Amino acid sequence: MSTVDLGLPSLPGGLRGVPAATEPQNRKEYVSDQEVRWCPGCGDYAVLAAFQGFLPELGIKRENVAMVSGIGCSSRFPYYLSTYGMHSIHGRAPAIATGLAVARPDLSVWVVTGDGDALSIGGNHLIHTLRRNVNLKILLFNNRIYGLTKGQYSPTSEPGKVTKSTPMGSVDNPFNPVSLALGAEATFVARTVDSDRKHLTSVLRAAAEHRGTAFVEIYQNCPIFNDNAFEAFKDPETRDDAIIPLVHGEPIRFGKDGHLGVVRDGFASLAVREVAELPGGEADLVVHDAHTEDPAYAFALSRLTDAGVLHQAPIGVFRSVDRPAYDDLVRQQITTAQETQGTGDLQALVTGADTWTIN
Amino acid sequence: MPTRRPDDPSFDLEMKRTVTIEVKQLDRVVIRFAGDSGDGMQLTGDRFTAETASFGNDLSTLPNFPAEIRAPAGTLPGVSSFQLHFADHDILTPGDAPDVLIAMNPAALKANLKDVPRGATLIVDTADFTARNLKRIGYDENPLETGELDAYHVVPLNLTGMTVESVKEFGLTRKDASRAKNMYALGLVSWLFQRPVESTITFLQTKFAGKPDIRDANIAAFRAGYNFGETAEEFSVRYEVKPASMATGTYRNISGNLALAYGLVAGAQRAGLPLVLGAYPITPASDVLHELSKLKRFNVTTVQAEDEIAGIGAALGASFGGALGVTTSSGPGISLKSETIGLGVMLELPLVVCDIQRAGPSTGMPTKTEQADLLQVMFGRNGEAPLPVLAAQSPADCFAIAVEAARIAITYRTPVIVLSDGYLANGSEPWKIPVVADLPTIDPNFTVEPNATDDKGQPTYLPYLRDPETLARAWAVPGTAGLDHRIGGLEKEDKTGNISYDPANHDLMIRTRQAKVDGVDVPPIEVDDPDGTAKVLVLGWGSTYGPIGAGVRRVRAVGGKIAQAHLRHLNPFPSNLGDVLRSYEKVLVPEMNLGQLAMLLRAKYLVDVVSYAQVRGMPLGAAELAEVIGNLVEETEGIDDDARHLGSAAAGLKHGEALHAEANGRPKGQLHESEGAR
Ligand SMILES: Cc1ncc(C[n+]2csc(CCOP(=O)(O)OP(=O)(O)O)c2C)c(N)n1
Ligand code: SF4
Ligand SMILES: [Mg+2]
Repeated sequence: MSTVDLGLPSLPGGLRGVPAATEPQNRKEYVSDQEVRWCPGCGDYAVLAAFQGFLPELGIKRENVAMVSGIGCSSRFPYYLSTYGMHSIHGRAPAIATGLAVARPDLSVWVVTGDGDALSIGGNHLIHTLRRNVNLKILLFNNRIYGLTKGQYSPTSEPGKVTKSTPMGSVDNPFNPVSLALGAEATFVARTVDSDRKHLTSVLRAAAEHRGTAFVEIYQNCPIFNDNAFEAFKDPETRDDAIIPLVHGEPIRFGKDGHLGVVRDGFASLAVREVAELPGGEADLVVHDAHTEDPAYAFALSRLTDAGVLHQAPIGVFRSVDRPAYDDLVRQQITTAQETQGTGDLQALVTGADTWTIN
Repeated sequence: MPTRRPDDPSFDLEMKRTVTIEVKQLDRVVIRFAGDSGDGMQLTGDRFTAETASFGNDLSTLPNFPAEIRAPAGTLPGVSSFQLHFADHDILTPGDAPDVLIAMNPAALKANLKDVPRGATLIVDTADFTARNLKRIGYDENPLETGELDAYHVVPLNLTGMTVESVKEFGLTRKDASRAKNMYALGLVSWLFQRPVESTITFLQTKFAGKPDIRDANIAAFRAGYNFGETAEEFSVRYEVKPASMATGTYRNISGNLALAYGLVAGAQRAGLPLVLGAYPITPASDVLHELSKLKRFNVTTVQAEDEIAGIGAALGASFGGALGVTTSSGPGISLKSETIGLGVMLELPLVVCDIQRAGPSTGMPTKTEQADLLQVMFGRNGEAPLPVLAAQSPADCFAIAVEAARIAITYRTPVIVLSDGYLANGSEPWKIPVVADLPTIDPNFTVEPNATDDKGQPTYLPYLRDPETLARAWAVPGTAGLDHRIGGLEKEDKTGNISYDPANHDLMIRTRQAKVDGVDVPPIEVDDPDGTAKVLVLGWGSTYGPIGAGVRRVRAVGGKIAQAHLRHLNPFPSNLGDVLRSYEKVLVPEMNLGQLAMLLRAKYLVDVVSYAQVRGMPLGAAELAEVIGNLVEETEGIDDDARHLGSAAAGLKHGEALHAEANGRPKGQLHESEGAR
């Protein structure tokens, strides 16, 4: 088998090709007429509000936004936005959105999914979408539980978790969604928290601007079946030591009065240390570079996330690198074929080269 | 004749033969090339087919490959074959039994001999008939020497040795040189049947353009084989099968999968929509993916997805975006797609799902044919999820069926299933090339403006407002200002498409989706009942069209009265089907499954059809069907057993009689008309 030079296109922003809005928009325009039906206190509300507030900022035509979701509480999302939307089937949203993105370069395509939807039944589609780098944005609402089916453990639940289906505790080793995405060589990987609207919005903006698949894990509280799973990141007492903030170009330093920091530790791995105990002090800290080509760096960062009950985790954009988007390449091959072979002549095609005529 | 013949002076041959050769006229020949899977038998068959097509014979082909890509050389499981039936009149099948078998090694001889009737010609490459090779496949002695083949006309030739000799000037290794033996054999049979050979030489020049040594060796071997026939006096007879009298027009040869790919493109083009194929490779459907992948200039996008679920997902996503989404697969893949097909039924979006059936269940026999997915595609979804089902009846018909599927999918906003099978997919036949400008245009009829007013009197868009005629819903695609909406797999309220759990609404929506599919306009089924007095109707669907037609001709040839009809639309059925069934005393339904259509017919029409079910992974045979049909006619007409034996008479028709029988009157609904026998 041979390979060919794909003649890679330039790498413009995630919204290239989407028509710009002609007039300023407001939040209300993005609110649909459907009654929102999540449980009171569900983290999904905060994400929806942030999203509705953020979309007008993009400055694109509302009718060119398309939301595709799977099945789960979070997957009800599209119904509440006055954009085009499809509430599809369990786990398949990334595949469906791939077809939509390929067919329609003029749309801003968003996938809304849950930890069960994306990582369990739809795990295959997720990793393949990430590896292809289709120009769509994936919002994974991680509540570390199956919400819609009323509280079974999920692929992100901590070992030992007691649920209806694990009365003696879960014996499954969980996925770290960020590590998984990075393992699939996703070009944009971020994590944010439902309750931090400012951070959430900044991550959404960065995702929208990224050309290719942007993967955003959102820590989302399910007060009914897994309450306080992310309490460490919200409680004013603990959150400073819990959130490892990732800001591109800045040393990774955090904790009360910045007493903690991230340093290199052995082969391709990172560790959290007391800054005061470092020989070089702040100078020893890793300066976050989200543009690092080698995914090993971002992967090492992702490993700073607790596997069990969460006490500490990096929040922010882990990785943002340029790589041609699948759908751009697919369309480019069509353009190239049409330029070199002409737009197809159907009669010539069906006729073919070997014919005979009976008079 | 458009093609230069080998006896044209420009075709340079060294003519050495002194004895003149007798030329015998035949009206049809069934030839089978068999060899090791590495021997290039499919290519050889394809080339012989191309030569035969360009000569103007009617033809039908049956490739038969082993499941393994390269089973150990020289073993029975490694045998690959290609059968071609060609004639001077119109024919319907690749033939039950070969008149000529070309066996490239002992295993090919052994594996195919059971299909070859006594008196047939066996051209055998003797090079591999060593004691060791023979022992390996269970021959204690060389069958070419024991006399066990005395009932055949055996032509033992050291084809490999002669090939190596003929290409020695190119300095290839013996192994490389002997690989051209298929071309040597092709040259020889091309001579034997007076085939035009130029297209094969052009083909070899193009195929091996980058490898001059291989190219020249293959051409040299091909010519040497041809010359051997001409000069070696091994053959005292050559055969001539005159071109068939077919309806005037321009023809090409086409396989089912290629016709399907072209039909899908034609359907999309006639609708003015881009085509997006989402597919995962699977035998025997992969060639549709391969062919469509070459057609990017037609605004065809192919996504080779991570699995069948993603393949159909991508197709459905593209349809949501206003393209024609298509997915192609075989039985196991269709099982995986079921849930998404159900979503398509709920979303009411166009989607073409092609099932190139193979022998099941489970992985079954991937390279063998079967029709056992009918009930799966009809009912293999949760809930009441009806959709239109079409089935192609011949390789070339795959084109028309694909265009029809696109029309129904787009017009009615529904997933449509296209059934083909391994026999149609890989088989080929001459095709009268259609004028594409005459194909129906398909109107996607997108909704671009509000189609209703809300309770405040404001213009609004109702995504599930229906066309009163077709019940198709109003389809607005993303990017249409003012018509944004959300759809999904949850039950919808009538008209608005909002989520609804209302019991009465659910019942209404279920019935409406059913009524939409039931109301798809389908042409009435045509019955071929020459004098209108037959008491027995034989009704088939899909690829049994050819064998049933051939069986019917044989029965008629011995005086049996039989009506024939063939279904291309399986859901909904043609509206006159019930009347047709009830107007015959007996209805025979032959199928390559355990009676799936028969079950549907009995359930829907309460007609006690007679099922003839064979599930061998092989197409039904013409003689076998002639017997079954003949017996049923005899029984129904009350003909005294001893008097006529219609079934066995029809089945046992000798060579010439059977051909003439099969040539008489092709059933209606055929793709290329013919005047019948000369
Ligand atoms: C094929 C299929 N299997 C199972 C289900 C049942 N189901 C619906 S949502 C869900 C899990 C949802 O969990 P998650 O993705 O984490 O979403 P959440 O509700 O927590 O937001 C399951 C198992 C289904 N709808 N379809
Ligand atoms: S079950 Fe949990 S995730 Fe689902 S809506 Fe209720 S609170 Fe939200
Ligand atoms: Mg969840």
